[in-house]
Amino acid sequence: MTDGFPPDTVRCDACPVLCYIKRGQAGACDRYANHEGQLVRVDPHILIDRAKSQGTPLVPFLERDSPWDGELLAPRETFITAIGAGTTYPDYKPAPFIVSCEVDGVDMVTVVTEGIFSYCGVKLKIDTDRHLGPERNLVRVQGEPVGHVTTAEYGSQMLSVGGVHHLTGGTKSEGRVTCETLLELCNGKEVALTIDDGASITVAAGKPPVVNGQREERMRVGCGSATIGMFAKQWFGKVDEVVVVDDHITGVLSEHQAGKMLGVRETGIAIQGRRSTPGRYFQVAQPGTGWGGTNIRDPLSILKPFKPNAAWPGLRLLMVSTTGEHFAYYELDDALRPTERALPQVLRESVERIRENCEPALTTVLFMAGAGGSLRAGVTENPVKLTDSVKHSLTRVTAGGAPAYIWPGGGITFMVDVSRMPENAFGYVPTPAIVAPIEFTLKKSDYANLGGHMDSVRPLNEVLREKERQRQIASSPENPWPLRPPSPGSDE
Amino acid sequence: MRDPAVIRLLPDGRRLHLNDGPIDLIIGADGSPDAIRAAYEAAARRFVTILDELCAELPQLRTRSTVRSPEPCGDIARAMALAVTPYCVEHFITPMAAVAGAAADAVLAAMTRAADLNRAYVNNGGDIALHLLPGHSYTLGMMERPDRPSLFGSVEIDASSAVRGVATSGWRGRSFSLGIADAVTVLAVNGAQADAAATIIANAVELPGHPAIVRIPANEIAPDSDLGVIPVTRSVGALSCDEIECALERGERVAEQLRARNLIHSAALCLQSSVHLVAERSEDARFCKHGPPSALRDERRPPAHNSRRSLQHA
Repeated sequence: MTDGFPPDTVRCDACPVLCYIKRGQAGACDRYANHEGQLVRVDPHILIDRAKSQGTPLVPFLERDSPWDGELLAPRETFITAIGAGTTYPDYKPAPFIVSCEVDGVDMVTVVTEGIFSYCGVKLKIDTDRHLGPERNLVRVQGEPVGHVTTAEYGSQMLSVGGVHHLTGGTKSEGRVTCETLLELCNGKEVALTIDDGASITVAAGKPPVVNGQREERMRVGCGSATIGMFAKQWFGKVDEVVVVDDHITGVLSEHQAGKMLGVRETGIAIQGRRSTPGRYFQVAQPGTGWGGTNIRDPLSILKPFKPNAAWPGLRLLMVSTTGEHFAYYELDDALRPTERALPQVLRESVERIRENCEPALTTVLFMAGAGGSLRAGVTENPVKLTDSVKHSLTRVTAGGAPAYIWPGGGITFMVDVSRMPENAFGYVPTPAIVAPIEFTLKKSDYANLGGHMDSVRPLNEVLREKERQRQIASSPENPWPLRPPSPGSDE
Repeated sequence: MRDPAVIRLLPDGRRLHLNDGPIDLIIGADGSPDAIRAAYEAAARRFVTILDELCAELPQLRTRSTVRSPEPCGDIARAMALAVTPYCVEHFITPMAAVAGAAADAVLAAMTRAADLNRAYVNNGGDIALHLLPGHSYTLGMMERPDRPSLFGSVEIDASSAVRGVATSGWRGRSFSLGIADAVTVLAVNGAQADAAATIIANAVELPGHPAIVRIPANEIAPDSDLGVIPVTRSVGALSCDEIECALERGERVAEQLRARNLIHSAALCLQSSVHLVAERSEDARFCKHGPPSALRDERRPPAHNSRRSLQHA
């Protein structure tokens, strides 16, 4: 749809003007722009605007039969994030913005500040079954140690990056590189990491990881054996034998426990590789870019001749990878040799089902930090009361408007998914330390009780009037609205 | 996917905000509560079809206006064409130069037809249509740079004058300008005429070939711009006092011509903090360079953070 304009020109269809927008430019409305060839909404205003995501006061007119009653119009709600708010450090002074507003008839206060964190880091969850490196080995950037490999999870490898020891406990260069790495990861940028005795990877929040130059597309639904277990019932009666080809464990339906339970007949199939338990084979091939993360191009290469005492002419064989991306269907001829045939429709559905069940492989970046003394003092004259209030869910903690998980136990140690936060929400100071936004939202009465800086509380409208240095953005629809009055005991 | 039109009251609970695609209106009205309600309802009803009406004729509205141009179909499109025709012999101008003012006029007309209002305004991104009953007036703040929301002056418009339209044009604004004026604010009988005239005068505030001025063909920034390959101003470096005077005088001469032809009532031309007024002597008093008033002070939209252009040019 670019009709002779440069190839990365996009045509916006948000309104009938149908602007052609060149890369890096905005349309006539300034609300939509061409960001690297993609049409994006850019409302350049970081006050989070609830209306835009919820649509409540944005009333589509003439959609209703009844005449407009005018009463549907309500002022939109705005939440002030801490991004760019400034910090209290190193002085013990009230947070830069302490903002009051009424929500659902309750007077709420949001204490908005940027924290300077040296006790901070990120946990990386990398969706891949590939071996990234031995547990506890160092993760490096530009040769500097910035983190380590930690306990793997199902379908994902886990890295811990950053932390006070890398930031301030090593050489100057280690601290600087660690700080830069954290900043890039938290702001959604791509970072190249190497693991001692392991892989080289490139990761960015919310994007597929690249392992040794290879992009991970999908998480497999399970290993070959697990796939047999999941789909045995769907295959039973429609095919005589299924081999699920996998880098780790290749599964064979007729020998597998799941097949046996269903009464699948013995087929005389013979697989290359080391048999683990019935129907489960290790090392059928080397890792690679072929079938199921192996180096297999022709799936028949992993089969030995069928045993004539059990196999029969016409036997139906399905071979499929754990992601459903590769599949082939065969029938045995009179000499019991597999001959490729078109995949019957009933089997096509099961292959598609496997594919549907493979989630996209992503990298998740969770920022984790602890709120220190001066930060808490900026919120209240009695910091321990803030901690108590957070623990009792009277105070909601958000980071750039995104919900934060608070660790049980002492202090305020929180985790937040950086991809739920606005773009470029993080900064740094040369200490080195990371600057991250944090907001505490609570009832005004509770804020007074915990020794809040009541003299510094300003109404929301007053803050909104200072238009000079504000940016407004739409709230993320997946984040709960941070201003809802909290109910004690509820987590969200 | 098309976004729905926005119809809502601003947080102050008084002003109406209407938005559809690139059209963004802030509306205020004084009268009885029932009258205001009826007027706002009429404004919203008129508003929701405007974008479609204009887009139906967009190719023609983006074409250079000539004395032989066919008359467009829609009311607003006709008003746009009418407003730019006086300039079409001497200048490259398309009806889009008057789109913002013409849309404001149309919505205001719908409001005053529906209800008796003491006064009302429809502000379409700085291009404003006014309604004033005898004895009433509005004070407008004038802003030099949208990226620095402070007022360089104000102007009072009362019912006894013929002024019912105010428009501002400049290279820093939402739309493209051929000239280097930071802002040219024009008072005229309606929004469409003020809009077209502000475009022409702002284009005339010029220092041709000056090395501190960066210009880029309009269609290199916006492929479908009505200005096509015509270079538009993208940045203006620091100018000497003489250069500023010279550029403003060029604009002033054009503004005087338009005033003599009765196309405008008066104009304020602003370039790098220097201001020239084009008005009857007795009218000078209406322009106040200092002491920002408050009446329309917060009608302005928040400053733009990126370059702005809109449905209309300049």
